[in-house]
Amino acid sequence: MTNAGPLLEVDGLSVHLRVEGNERPVLRDVSLSISHGEALGLVGESGSGKSMTARAIDRLLPDGARVEGSIRFDGAEVGALSGGDLRRYRLRVAMIFQDPRAHVNPVRRIGDFMTEVLRTSLRVPRREAGRRAVEALAEVGIADGGRRLDQYPHELSGGLLQRVMIAAALLTEPDLLLADEPTTALDVTTQAEVMAILDELRSRLGLALLFITHNLELAAAVCDRTAVMYAGQIVEVRLSSLLHADPLHPYTAALAAARPDVDRSSARLRAIPGRPLSSFEAPQNECAFAPRCEYARRPCTEASPPIVRIDGGLSRCTRAMELRGTLGVAGHTEATSQGEVGPLGAAGGGADEPTVGPGGQLGAPPPSAPPTGRPAGTLARSEG
Amino acid sequence: MSQVALDPTPRADPAEEQILEVSSLVKRFGDLVAVDDVSFRLARARSMAIVGESGSGKTTVAKMIVGLERPTSGTIVACGRDRSRPARSTALRRARGREAQIVFQDPYTSLDPRQTVERTLDEVIRLHHQPDAADRRERVRTLTELVGLDARQARALPRDLSGGQRQRVAIARALAAEPRVLILDEAVAALDVSIQAQVLNLLADIREETGVSYVLISHDLAVVRQISEDTIVMREGKVVERGPTAQVLDAPQDPYTRLLRESVPRPGWRPVRRLSGAGTRTTGSGGPPPSPAGHASTNPATSGGDR
Repeated sequence: MTNAGPLLEVDGLSVHLRVEGNERPVLRDVSLSISHGEALGLVGESGSGKSMTARAIDRLLPDGARVEGSIRFDGAEVGALSGGDLRRYRLRVAMIFQDPRAHVNPVRRIGDFMTEVLRTSLRVPRREAGRRAVEALAEVGIADGGRRLDQYPHELSGGLLQRVMIAAALLTEPDLLLADEPTTALDVTTQAEVMAILDELRSRLGLALLFITHNLELAAAVCDRTAVMYAGQIVEVRLSSLLHADPLHPYTAALAAARPDVDRSSARLRAIPGRPLSSFEAPQNECAFAPRCEYARRPCTEASPPIVRIDGGLSRCTRAMELRGTLGVAGHTEATSQGEVGPLGAAGGGADEPTVGPGGQLGAPPPSAPPTGRPAGTLARSEG
Repeated sequence: MSQVALDPTPRADPAEEQILEVSSLVKRFGDLVAVDDVSFRLARARSMAIVGESGSGKTTVAKMIVGLERPTSGTIVACGRDRSRPARSTALRRARGREAQIVFQDPYTSLDPRQTVERTLDEVIRLHHQPDAADRRERVRTLTELVGLDARQARALPRDLSGGQRQRVAIARALAAEPRVLILDEAVAALDVSIQAQVLNLLADIREETGVSYVLISHDLAVVRQISEDTIVMREGKVVERGPTAQVLDAPQDPYTRLLRESVPRPGWRPVRRLSGAGTRTTGSGGPPPSPAGHASTNPATSGGDR
């Protein structure tokens, strides 16, 4: 493993699926990167393409999917892998899902499930595989692993089974964990536990994490950076610590504002009109969010905006420069009672910004130092 | 639009009127005590939340209120009428339907896939209120407007609607019986954030316009904050804390309530590991012995609190 360059680099990924004889876009121009040991959040509503992105990365797309663009893992083109190379790739990139029960064989014991890959792919002797499984269970806080190995999935609660899934994913010593809504079906206290485990494993094992969730607060709390998806596109990538205070895309701001606040009730929630669109429903030749966006103006509907680098992050908003600095959560709290985010306080103020360019290709300034001590990832260059 | 006459005969001093009174409610399933001595009162046009995690008994309470489970002991009085025992006649059962209705988490499995929205609503109105056809059409139109569905959606089948639209149908159907209290059992939990906000706003509007009371069953403290004035917190069948929602969430007294409150992700939140594991720290959060899923756990260090 080298530490030069990102571990995973997705560049211009577009995916079409065949649905009832028609080709439908499900991902459009998705680019992201994850460094060794970094956690990237991938947030979006139903149909935004977040799960499809993870499936594309793990080469789990349905038959007939047409894939454009590139996915590179540790320098190798994932789309070109086959046979043994693909198997070895999947040992290094593990995946866990929202509903663990849908991903285990209910009539096989936990031990059989956990050690299968070790025994079949890596030819580890059964006894040794069992020993490693017990170790992995201990890693996720399950101390009586030997007993668990003899149990069946139905004997375990949802939270416990999800921890078993994480332990199983760790057995092949992966470099990257793709976690697709792993805590959504869990109680909040169990969610906190599972997130703490993931966080700890990440720092201790140097595991990189793609954390997929609909929960913006959760992603922002546990990931270094967060990417927000809408209608098959990434609309924003931001340091998580800045996501609420200074979002770059109106959709991110609207998502944060629509969520009720546990600290205070408001007379009215700022609901986003309409419903989330999937990629094939959304307008293709204009901003996909424009039909629901309170900031949409004519330029927004004239062309599909490219993703541009701004203030150390990325935004796919036609008016990103005009709106910079005005979309933050502070503005929202005040706006909740007044009904409007004061738009465009600094209209035109960004005209001297030299670093914005289509596709984020122009020379990017070094990102502002990440406030956390954790790896900041590859903010500077690789998302474009 | 606002003429959904849920309360056709307003009584004197509505603020004091108790719509629902639950006293010493107990439900046992074999050896398991699912609900253990739960009591509360709900006044007209008020909203009360029941908060808890899996296995806390909150849904069992809801089911007993609407008559889907029979209490082992204790009483449920709605609109002055005892409903602790099954209704003996169709007429009585329907009368109870006009007192309390329920909306579940998954609208898809609670709607008839072959019935259009209009027919779904029409059937309930006919059953409960027997107006003539013209009045029924008018009521259907009023209800669909109230929940924000247009004419085309009103003629659609559930499969042609999105999750948020289906949940609006489920709410409209519950309101069609003109109940005095609406039980919302995780009714917004499965909705996308942007749609959830629409439905929460809608629920606030409906309460204001109709004076219906809500029992909100939820694990989501932010949703609880948004649409309830009073909260009870349940754990393993028991009420561990109760009070005004703001007070319960801002100054939780019970360790379990504190733990719930601390588990809500928010900017700056760090998940803390409460259970021990090999090579890991055990960080006390000041909480009770952890039993996240409410199972009988004795030793968190070995069982992790789960089965």
